[in-house]
Amino acid sequence: MSQQHPPLESPIEQWGDDAPKDVGFRNQLRARWRALPETQRIGIVAGVELLVAIGLFRLDHSLGYAVLTVSLLLWMRRLPPIPWKLAAQAAMVVVFLAFGVTSLAALLAIFFAVFWVPVRYRQWTMAGVALLVTVFYPFYASKMFTIPVFGVWPDVATGVYMLVFIMMAVGLNIVVGYAGLLDLGYVAFYAIGAYTAAWFSSLQFANHRWHFGAVGITKDLAGIHVSIWILLLAAGMITALSGIIIGLPTLRLRGDYLAIVTLGFGEILPQIARNGDNLFGTGFNLTNGPNGITPLDSPGFGSGVSNATGHFLPANYLVCCHTTLLGHQIQSTDVFFWTAVVLLLITVFCSLRLQYSRLGRAWIAIREDETAAAAMGVPLMRTKTWAYASGAFFGGVAGAYYASFKSATFPGDFFFNISVFILCMVILGGMGNIAGVIVGAAFLAYLNQEGLANTGQWLNTNIHFIGHLHLPGSDQPGLDVPLFASGIYGLIILIVMLFRPEGLLPSRRIAAELHEGVHDAPLYDAQHAGTEA
Amino acid sequence: MSAPETNGDVLVATGIRKEFGGLIAVNDVDFTVPRGKVISLIGPNGAGKTTFFNMLTGVYKPTAGTVTFLGEDVTGKPPHAITARGIGRTFQNIRLFQNMTALENVLVGMHARLKANLFNSILRTPFVRREEESARERARELLEYTGLRRKQYEYAKNLPYGDQRRLEVARALATEPQLLLLDEPTAGMNPQESAEFTSFVGHLREERGLTVLMIEHDMRVVMGVSDRVSVLDYGEKIAEGSPREVQQHERVIEAYLGKAAVEDMKRQGLS
Repeated sequence: MSQQHPPLESPIEQWGDDAPKDVGFRNQLRARWRALPETQRIGIVAGVELLVAIGLFRLDHSLGYAVLTVSLLLWMRRLPPIPWKLAAQAAMVVVFLAFGVTSLAALLAIFFAVFWVPVRYRQWTMAGVALLVTVFYPFYASKMFTIPVFGVWPDVATGVYMLVFIMMAVGLNIVVGYAGLLDLGYVAFYAIGAYTAAWFSSLQFANHRWHFGAVGITKDLAGIHVSIWILLLAAGMITALSGIIIGLPTLRLRGDYLAIVTLGFGEILPQIARNGDNLFGTGFNLTNGPNGITPLDSPGFGSGVSNATGHFLPANYLVCCHTTLLGHQIQSTDVFFWTAVVLLLITVFCSLRLQYSRLGRAWIAIREDETAAAAMGVPLMRTKTWAYASGAFFGGVAGAYYASFKSATFPGDFFFNISVFILCMVILGGMGNIAGVIVGAAFLAYLNQEGLANTGQWLNTNIHFIGHLHLPGSDQPGLDVPLFASGIYGLIILIVMLFRPEGLLPSRRIAAELHEGVHDAPLYDAQHAGTEA
Repeated sequence: MSAPETNGDVLVATGIRKEFGGLIAVNDVDFTVPRGKVISLIGPNGAGKTTFFNMLTGVYKPTAGTVTFLGEDVTGKPPHAITARGIGRTFQNIRLFQNMTALENVLVGMHARLKANLFNSILRTPFVRREEESARERARELLEYTGLRRKQYEYAKNLPYGDQRRLEVARALATEPQLLLLDEPTAGMNPQESAEFTSFVGHLREERGLTVLMIEHDMRVVMGVSDRVSVLDYGEKIAEGSPREVQQHERVIEAYLGKAAVEDMKRQGLS
């Protein structure tokens, strides 16, 4: 491979370290920058940062402060840890306390504290702190500072939505990140889960009457009513089963072909849901068509379990709770939130255990080189199907839980864009790395639910020409940002793919694959394989 | 170990044939591999050696003919099933799992010998923990045996070429084969490394009781270690016998050097 003529098929390599150093405007600029004395460089950077901060301060005061804070945080990394870095961090916390932004001061204090933990324990500390911060979120959500541009912190209901989508992203990560199977129809599993929950906890099958552990309903209510906890498990299993049924014929395909088939599957199921009020013209109402199934029973543990645990586990989520804890009146949304946290923890736990097991190794081996994996005794079909089924399982549980939270399920919730949305979460965060997937999913889910609307509001009030924009087809001045959601996600993915194809927090393995490529020439195709001898 | 074949052959291929469209890559080859021997398969480029290998290991389905391994018909079985029955292999162009460590590569090789499944892996039952521990121990032993113990946590792609070849052998040994297929194991090695490899194959046979079938181009390796040499040309077996016999076989010289060369040699009274 000659340096002057990099191969065309691998654009990433052209931008790697082996690119010629003095060719091209960008490289020349970079070389000039490096040639400057360090004091000048520091001066220029600090100056630019200050100018940006002042400029943004005139637009929106808080944004100016935010830029200043972030650049200070970045500069602090260069200080010697003791005593200067410690002193600077303490000073920062004290300044924010003095200005009355207690919540930001507390957040910074926690953030700094984590980085004083020795590297050996840091990963676990981070995970633990993240868990605690999440669990206590309902207590302090309303007391948080306002983030510039993005506005207030997400409310607890948005938190539930985020957790459900994180769960689905972690599930999809098993399929895409571990086993390397591109699945563009993950929404189908979400739909199957949601409809399973709906069927067995609503009035849908009103000519049957069968109750099993459901809470908050009268004894003679028609329809099938099963306890949500059984339903979550059942939804997962039914979804996993359908994953297996769909997987067996399709997983023989490689790469792009598999993606197309899963795409088709993801399109078919919502159509069945939409037209399922007269299933195959038999008059059988399976899905109640475009009206969806609503309402669903409220989750709960029933009064027996609730009394036995001293009301720690609520009897019925919807009429919960009359307790005040740490000065916070506990709402039913909070209970939904905590349950979602528990479900997510289980998902992450299973996912981690699988990653470092015999099966997890086989998945990675298949992603790396299918032919070699088969030759080493890995049964391709079975192993891929397990990946598909486990991914589907978590998608199904998440779907069932979310349907139960919304107390409804509509065919319109399960369109193709949701599949892509979940895939974006996995790619943005970093395929194969659970922490990355969680961060990516949380961010995108937040944007979708609150972030984009808040950002739009900020743009319209603070930037004059956007606020007075008159777009054709809209009767109000300004820009309706959530309308552009798909375009914005596309842009985010485009930027990530260009500058950091491995995602924000990548797994080391995937980062290496994306930068160097894997060789996986298809060989396991008996009929069409070329000669090699 | 399952009972050996009556006549002591681990592998019997009868009338095996592979067509790619109109091209006959392997043409009705009969082939036996006796237990505990080192057999070499040689032939000019494009003779169908690797295709033959790929049919033995289930990567290709033979157009006709049967492959019998340890008395069981394994024709057309998928690769993993054949590996599970005891045929391990390496590849001509190294096909390691590049972004997995040396240890992980060997552990993937053990896949068929381990029993952990999805459910007990999630629960990490005492059984799984014990199995995983002993698998790691055995993997380290194999790395020790192939001289890679100190590089167990290196990514396969970061290993030097010779070590990658060794790792491929270690990974193949991890499948606990009775028959080991090596596809051009010394390709790209210098004479010193080839000599080391020759003695390594000898050790495999003596210490592990392995039967070895290898495709090889380096005649020093072939002559040094083989009990029997078979020659393929244009998909047909043209000669078989001890290294010395094959060396002097007319059709073999013809295949490698051409008809003119043979007549030339005859004129000069060399053959």
